[in-house]
Order: sequence, then C-alpha cells, then structure tokens
Amino acid sequence: MADDARSGARGGHDPGSPSPEETARRLEAAGVRTTPAATEAELARLDRALDDQVFRSMSAISLRFVLVVLFLGGVVTLGAFAFGWQIYRGIGVTGLNRPVFWGFYITSFVFWIGISHSGTLVSAILRVLKVEWRRPLTRAAEAMTVFALMIGGLFPIIHLGRNWRFYWMIPIPNDRGLWPNFRSALMWDLLAILTYITASSLFLYFPLVPDLAAARDRSRGIRHKVYAVLSLGWRGTQQQWHRLHLGMRIFTVIVIPIAVSVHSIVSWDFGMTLVEGWRSTIFAPYFVIGAIYSGVAALISVLIVLRKATHLEDYLTVRHIDRMGKVLLAVAVIWFYFFWSGYLTDWYGGNAVARALQDLHTVGAMAPLFWAMIVVNMAVPFLFLWWRRVRTNMAAMLAISLLVNVGMWIERFLIVVTSPMRNSLSFDWGGYRPGWPEIAIVSATFAAFALLYVIFSKLLPLISTWEVKEGWRIDRWQREGVVELETDVPTLSEPGGAR
Amino acid sequence: MLVVDLNLCTGCQACVAACFAENNIGVAGEDQVAMGRGRHWIKVERYWRSTEYPDVRAVYLPLPCQQCGNAPCEPVCPVFASVHSKDGLNSQVYNRCIGTRYCAQNCPYKVRVFNYFAPRFDPPLEQQLNPDVTVRSVGIMEKCTFCVQRIRRAREEAKVEGRELVDGEIVPACAQTCPPGAIVFGDGEDPRSQVARLARSERGFRLFESLNTKPPVVYLKKGDTKNG
Repeated sequence: MADDARSGARGGHDPGSPSPEETARRLEAAGVRTTPAATEAELARLDRALDDQVFRSMSAISLRFVLVVLFLGGVVTLGAFAFGWQIYRGIGVTGLNRPVFWGFYITSFVFWIGISHSGTLVSAILRVLKVEWRRPLTRAAEAMTVFALMIGGLFPIIHLGRNWRFYWMIPIPNDRGLWPNFRSALMWDLLAILTYITASSLFLYFPLVPDLAAARDRSRGIRHKVYAVLSLGWRGTQQQWHRLHLGMRIFTVIVIPIAVSVHSIVSWDFGMTLVEGWRSTIFAPYFVIGAIYSGVAALISVLIVLRKATHLEDYLTVRHIDRMGKVLLAVAVIWFYFFWSGYLTDWYGGNAVARALQDLHTVGAMAPLFWAMIVVNMAVPFLFLWWRRVRTNMAAMLAISLLVNVGMWIERFLIVVTSPMRNSLSFDWGGYRPGWPEIAIVSATFAAFALLYVIFSKLLPLISTWEVKEGWRIDRWQREGVVELETDVPTLSEPGGAR
Repeated sequence: MLVVDLNLCTGCQACVAACFAENNIGVAGEDQVAMGRGRHWIKVERYWRSTEYPDVRAVYLPLPCQQCGNAPCEPVCPVFASVHSKDGLNSQVYNRCIGTRYCAQNCPYKVRVFNYFAPRFDPPLEQQLNPDVTVRSVGIMEKCTFCVQRIRRAREEAKVEGRELVDGEIVPACAQTCPPGAIVFGDGEDPRSQVARLARSERGFRLFESLNTKPPVVYLKKGDTKNG
C-alpha cells in the first residue's frame, strides 16, 4: 500500500532517478517523515491520533499537575511578597549601592529578553526557509517568546526606585504637559519591548486560530464560549485559509528584523554609556547572538520537558532535539567569537579601568563566576555537541541546555553588575551582594515561566495540529509528484525536473 | 564656577558636614555607609601618594557634582528628571524622578546619590532642617546643587536692591566652611572674579577632560617640593 503511494504517481521506477528505497533514505535524512502518510485512510488515522493526544492532554487534570501548580504558584507568591516588601520598605532592601546601581533585576531583564529572542526568531526563520520539521515545535517556541517577554518586561518596573510611577515613561498626554525623553536608551527599550510583545503575541495567535476553532468544536460550556470568541469565527473556508497563510507569510518576514532590533536596543542601554565594560560598539550583535544562544538552549530545555510531561514524544521527537543541538553548537561558536573579540580588544587597549575589570573577572572576586561561564558556555557545548550520541540523549541535552543558560545568566551578571564596580576613580570602586528580595523575585520569575507553560498546556494546544497535518499532506503530495517543495532538498526533484 | 585648590585641602571633611546640614541630607547610618550608601553630595576622596613611613603622603580630592556643561547624566534620563538649567546647573527634578538610576550609572564622577531608604531625621535633628531645601523621598536620585537656594537668594536680594551681584556674594556651604579656604565659588564668565583668576593658574585642570563633559569645576594641582 505504502509502496503504491510512493511510486504510483511517478509511473514506475525510472533507472535515471533514485530508487524508492534511496529516496526514502534521503527523505529521512532531509527530515521528512517517511513512515506515515500513505493513504487518505492512514492520514485520517494519524489526524485522529494527533487530535486525541493534543486535545485530551488539555482536559485531563492529574494530581501531579495540581502539585506542580501549587508548588510553582507558591514560589511566585513568595516573589510577589518580596516585591511588596521592597515597595513598603524602599529599594534599599536590595544589595544595590553606589557605584553598583543595577543588580539582579537588570541582569534578569537582559536574560529574559534574551530567552524571548529565540522562540519567535527560530520559528520565523524556519518558516521563511520552509523547513518542514519545524511544524510540531513552532507553537511551543512562539509561546516561549511571549512568556519570557511578559516576565522580562516586568523587571525594569520592579527595578525602579518609585515603581508606582512607572507610567511616567509611557508617552501619554497629561495635564502637566510632560513628555518622556526619547534621547534616553531606556525609552527606546520601552518601545522596542512593547513592539516585540505585540508582534510576538500576534505571531503566536495567528496560527492558533484554527486550533482554537478545533478546541471550540470539542468543548462545551464556558470553555466553548471562550474558544468561540478567541477563534474569531473560524470556519475553515478556502478564503480564511488563504488569508491565514498570506498573513503569516508577510508577518514572518516582518517579525525577524523586529526580533533582531529588540536585543540590539537592549544592548544599547549599556553600549551607549560612558561606563567602562559597557561602552562598546560590538554590543548590539554580541547581545543578539547571546540572546539567540540562550534562547535556543531554553527552547531545547522546554521541548525536552514538554515532550516528557505531556507525552508528546511522537511529535516533539529526538530528531528535533538533535537538530536544535546542532544549531546550539553553531551559535555557541559564534557567541564565543564575539565574546573573545570584545575581550581581546579591551585587553590590548590597556585602558587602566578595563584592565582592572578584567583582573576582577579573571583573578579577582568574580573569577569563579567568570571561569564557570567559560566552561559551561564554551567548553561544554564545544566538547559534547559534536556527537550525535550526546545530541540524541535527552538527559544530556537537558543538562547542557540548562548549563548554557546558567552560563548566560552569569555572562549578563558580569556585564551588567560587575562593570560599574570599577571606574576611573578608584575611591568609588565597590562590590555587590544581592538582598533576599532580589533572590526571591528572580526565583519567582523562573517559577512563573514554568507556571505559564503549565497553564498554557491546559488551555491551548501545545502543538499546532493543523500545521502538522498540513505537513503530512504536503509530504504525501510531494512523494506523489503533485507538489515540489521550495526547499533546497535536491533529492526531491527528478534530475532536470522543475525547481 | 568652583575652584578647588588641592594644595590647601587638608581632608578635614568640614565641607561634607556643612553640606549635610545645609541641604537636609539624611544620615544613612554606619552599616548603610559600609554598603556604599552614604548620601555624601560632596565626597573627600583620599588617594595615597606614598604609604612608606615616615614619608606618608596623601592627596585629598573634594568631589562635588561637577555640574558638567555637557553632562552624561542628562540625555539618559527617560523622564527628564535630570535637566540643564539656564544658568548651567545640572538640575535634578526630585518630583519627576522615578528612580531608574541610569543617570548615576552614566556619571563618570559617581557623585549622584540615591535614596535607597526614606531619609530619617531623629529628634532633635529635624529641628535644624533647612526650610529652603526640600527633604527628598525614598527611591529618587539627588545630588549637589552648588547650593542653588543660596544662588537664588543672593540673586533676588541683588535684584531687590537694584544692583549687580558682587564677586564672592554667593558662597556654597562647602566653600563657606572650608577652614583653609581651598574651595572658592564665583562667576567664571567674569574674567576679574577670584575664581577666574585662580582657574587661569598653571596648576589648573578639570577632571576627565578627555570625556568632553566640560565641567565648570577647576582643580588646582597639588604641588610639593618632591613631586613638582
């Protein structure tokens, strides 16, 4: 049956073109699912299995789920309490001082904006390149961006001395005729993040609409009503599909420069200043690649945990992790190149403050952090990710991806917090030790990130079911010679065939 | 313009005490100062030239806000709390400040002071608060104003009396208190003023001139028989 479907449309095996077995092998290597998708009946069965798996996990609530929610919710509550305490007593409950005016909060801000980077960006790049294996993981990736931005965007507000006046940064007309200062990099930051969260939320929402409609058709009561509103009257007509595809095609291209600009602007909060260790021309691309690095690692962690927790191993496969591992290795090398370029230039320049800062990092009080960063951000990925056996080992990949993010958090800490510790007037050198509210709030944001995923998994499909189904059909038509993929997979077209 | 003669400064910290009294600066307390949260609007920074006994020599650098003509703190504030006044001061608008602390990060002189806690004036300290100066709240940035309240008062008095300001009429608290008279304040635009004459000295320099911050604070270099 399967063989019929594969070879039938091409009218038998042509000695000039690869044999069906060869084609199958190369398709496998190119990442196209080869085993399923043979007949309409089989496709229907696959669809049902996918729907059952995805939509059932949305309704079933286990004891484990309740315990996880309670635990994460507890940590978030502690963080909220710490924030309340900080407002009540004053920002002095942190470890901030003069000269270290920015601490854990801004470090975490940069970290979470970095995490947010890769979800939308990875999804958009894979979509633009029409990479077929993207289909099951785009939803989880796009959600990661939105969650990380929701969290990261809070930190500049938590960080303020007078948090209750944060809205003075928002350009709204007011009775005092005051307007924010658009020369300040913080204002660029505000606008960039608002733009990014708007764009990435829409980027998550557009492909959700058909799945929301599917959820609507499977639910009753209040859930049905909510899904009905959210699915915007989706009926699956030809015109609706056309608009969705057109919209996504345009939006995918737009969202890539937005993503790149956001972390560039975050880097300019530092790069535009006079602070030694911050003032740099390399910061924009360096921060962008750092953001992609931590984001890809976070995506790997998220995918490994999700596939295990929601039993989606058939869709979020080991091969996905394997490929993301290769991406991670490539990005690791680029990141180290940028890091080293900046470091070497500072060292060769011989500026006294820059040297003092490098001494603080390499042999001073920050040496354990610095060398830990070098090990987990460079040595570990570079030594292990070359091997397929490591990349296909889920425990190892979870460990490596988490370590990379620990390292990237340290990297941001070293840039944001330790740079002001050294300046031209050695009388004003200083140190920093975080206060308990800072630790509590930062921990709470990690719990909040996990909690958002946990809640998401019960409210919305974690896998874009219609895109996976679409992929199966494209796969089948392609093998029947009905369509040619526009990707650069030369084995799929016959020699001299239409490209 | 402010001129500080490093030859005359003895590092006695009287200027610091005077500044606290004049400007209603809250005392942070010992543990907070140890954390680096002292609210000193003017710092007397001590740098050792030699610690070898008996030839122990230190340089004291009194460091108020440099009131830069081209101030790094001003463009970075997102809410215009750090602005330039018409007479050339870097004003900090306390009511406008939301506490991003970006200005302090970008200040090369590290002279900006943040209120990590609300200032406390334990009795009877509240009795000596200066009615001409606001008491600042928690969570905002503050800094040396060159005693702007004294500048305004002198100018208004001169105006009422229908005359020009006289050189030496405006005296900030630090200059008023300095026992050896190392700190002198005056109109730098007037070439005959005392500060203008002092600033023309061969010993005159400004801190971090390479940064192009254009501070109106001129230091007179410390000179002694051994180090020129």
